[in-house]
Amino acid sequence: MRLPCPLCGSRDHREFTYQGAAVMLDRPAPDAGAEAWDSYVHLRDNPAGATRELWYHGAGCGAWLVVARDTVTHAVFGAELARQVRR
Amino acid sequence: MRFSGWQILKEGLTGNHGWRPHWRDPAPKPEYDIVIIGGGGHGLSTAYYLAREHGLTNVAVLEKGYLGGGNVGRNTTIVRANYNLPGNSEFYSHSLKLWEGLSQDLNYNVMFSQRGVLNLFHSDGERDYAARRGNSMAIQGDDAVLLDREGVRRIVPYLDFDNPRYPIHGGLLHPRGGTARHDAVAWGLARGADARGVDLIQNCEVTGIDIDRGRVTGVQTVRGPIRAKKVGIVVAGRSGQVAAMAGLRLPVESHILQAFVSEGLKPVIHHVITSGVGHFYISQSDKGGLVFGGALDMYASYAQRGNLPGAEHVMEAAMHVMPMIGKARVLRSWGGIMDMTPDGSPIIDRTPVDGLYIDCGWNYGGFKATPASGFAFAHLLATDRPHASATRFRLDRFRTGRGIMDEEGAGAQHNLH
Ligand SMILES: Cc1cc2nc3c(=O)[nH]c(=O)nc-3n(C[C@H](O)[C@H](O)[C@H](O)COP(=O)(O)OP(=O)(O)OC[C@H]3O[C@@H](n4cnc5c(N)ncnc54)[C@H](O)[C@@H]3O)c2cc1C
Ligand SMILES: [Zn+2]
Repeated sequence: MRLPCPLCGSRDHREFTYQGAAVMLDRPAPDAGAEAWDSYVHLRDNPAGATRELWYHGAGCGAWLVVARDTVTHAVFGAELARQVRR
Repeated sequence: MRFSGWQILKEGLTGNHGWRPHWRDPAPKPEYDIVIIGGGGHGLSTAYYLAREHGLTNVAVLEKGYLGGGNVGRNTTIVRANYNLPGNSEFYSHSLKLWEGLSQDLNYNVMFSQRGVLNLFHSDGERDYAARRGNSMAIQGDDAVLLDREGVRRIVPYLDFDNPRYPIHGGLLHPRGGTARHDAVAWGLARGADARGVDLIQNCEVTGIDIDRGRVTGVQTVRGPIRAKKVGIVVAGRSGQVAAMAGLRLPVESHILQAFVSEGLKPVIHHVITSGVGHFYISQSDKGGLVFGGALDMYASYAQRGNLPGAEHVMEAAMHVMPMIGKARVLRSWGGIMDMTPDGSPIIDRTPVDGLYIDCGWNYGGFKATPASGFAFAHLLATDRPHASATRFRLDRFRTGRGIMDEEGAGAQHNLH
């Protein structure tokens, strides 16, 4: 599996660390309550098929990426810089 | 038919014409008291104990593919009771006791082999942890022996004791641990459930869960709707999808775990040997193949096959611990879908929907739990109360923060286990 880093190009997935579903970008407000925080930290859609997740390019440019990928075929559709997605 | 030495002799002398299929192939009935979704080890075990312990036999197990085609037929078959934390300790201890009687109980040889599980350690810190873990096991009433380097050398002289990076300082031996024949476990439980009247229905994927005013009323399947008073979800790696049919989101992410087997060799590895280096574990099957594996590939996956970096990592770990393995040729590799929870511990609980129950979150260690998981889930389904061995496997522990069971001490976060 290779991931297309927008800064470094197509790279072996061993250069990256997997963080998890991209819901991690939508951090609730500190006082949003237990349900919202539970949903953010623990609960997952866990899709069989297309998914969006956060990967960290530790052995490359050091950027956080949002990767679009298929969990059934391992096909990778694309990647964006997390800092741009978030904006 | 009961299996016995006498039966084998008789059949052998009369042309082996008397053997019958181990279970029926019934069509689904319109309604059951209890429907179990998933015919893996845990689903079959649940059905078996529902019938055996609670006399509930108006029960169906609905399996998407064939019985035992999921993780129960894909794992590296290690059985052990060497957990640290209350909640896990008593549960796996109970499971090991059930394993010890399982072949007799089922009248089916699950080839449970208590050859001993040896966890190697490679540093002083790891030794302290092994000693602590051994004490937890002893307190729970299970067996653990802390071996120094010479003690390990006496029983497994072929390891690389002086590896410069990971020298072997000793090991924690759990003599009652071992392996079992995974397919036989599924088949024996299936036969036991079927003989007591449970309907095992294969090629019957569940596609929907019917809920009326907050209460489950049945399921939709590719073979039509089936009504049920209670429904149990026991689908391991597919837990997220099936729970979503009831509108639930779970604290579960599905990951890929690979395993490997070598060509058949003469008996050479007599124990289960594990090493924290790359999370490596190995044993030799009764056919002679070396069965081994390591850590997850570490990304979400439903592919049931891994990528090469995962394989390379396992091979490297193998060569660190026992260089002799380099001469064996790998025959096959495969993968299974692991239902990972944030704290690495399982869930056996009610759901917010009345009459809907769930047993999931077995991570990469649910084979050893097969008897006790079914035992506890059957108890919950039959009585609406958790069994004493599984009181802490609560679904809401992540939301409340109460009773997190994080054996590794890494934190209750998805990518850490
Ligand atoms: C490579 C590997 C090595 C492992 N090694 C070990 C080990 O050494 N020791 C250990 O203790 N554990 C080990 N495990 C973990 C263990 O195999 C699992 O935790 C355990 O088998 C899961 O429970 P199960 O047997 O019920 O799962 P499964 O056998 O996967 O059963 C789930 C069943 O549900 C069915 N299903 C899914 N969706 C539906 C639907 N919609 N409708 C109907 N049916 C459905 C599936 O087809 C499947 O048959 C390993 C796993 C893998 C993959
Ligand atoms: Zn990069």
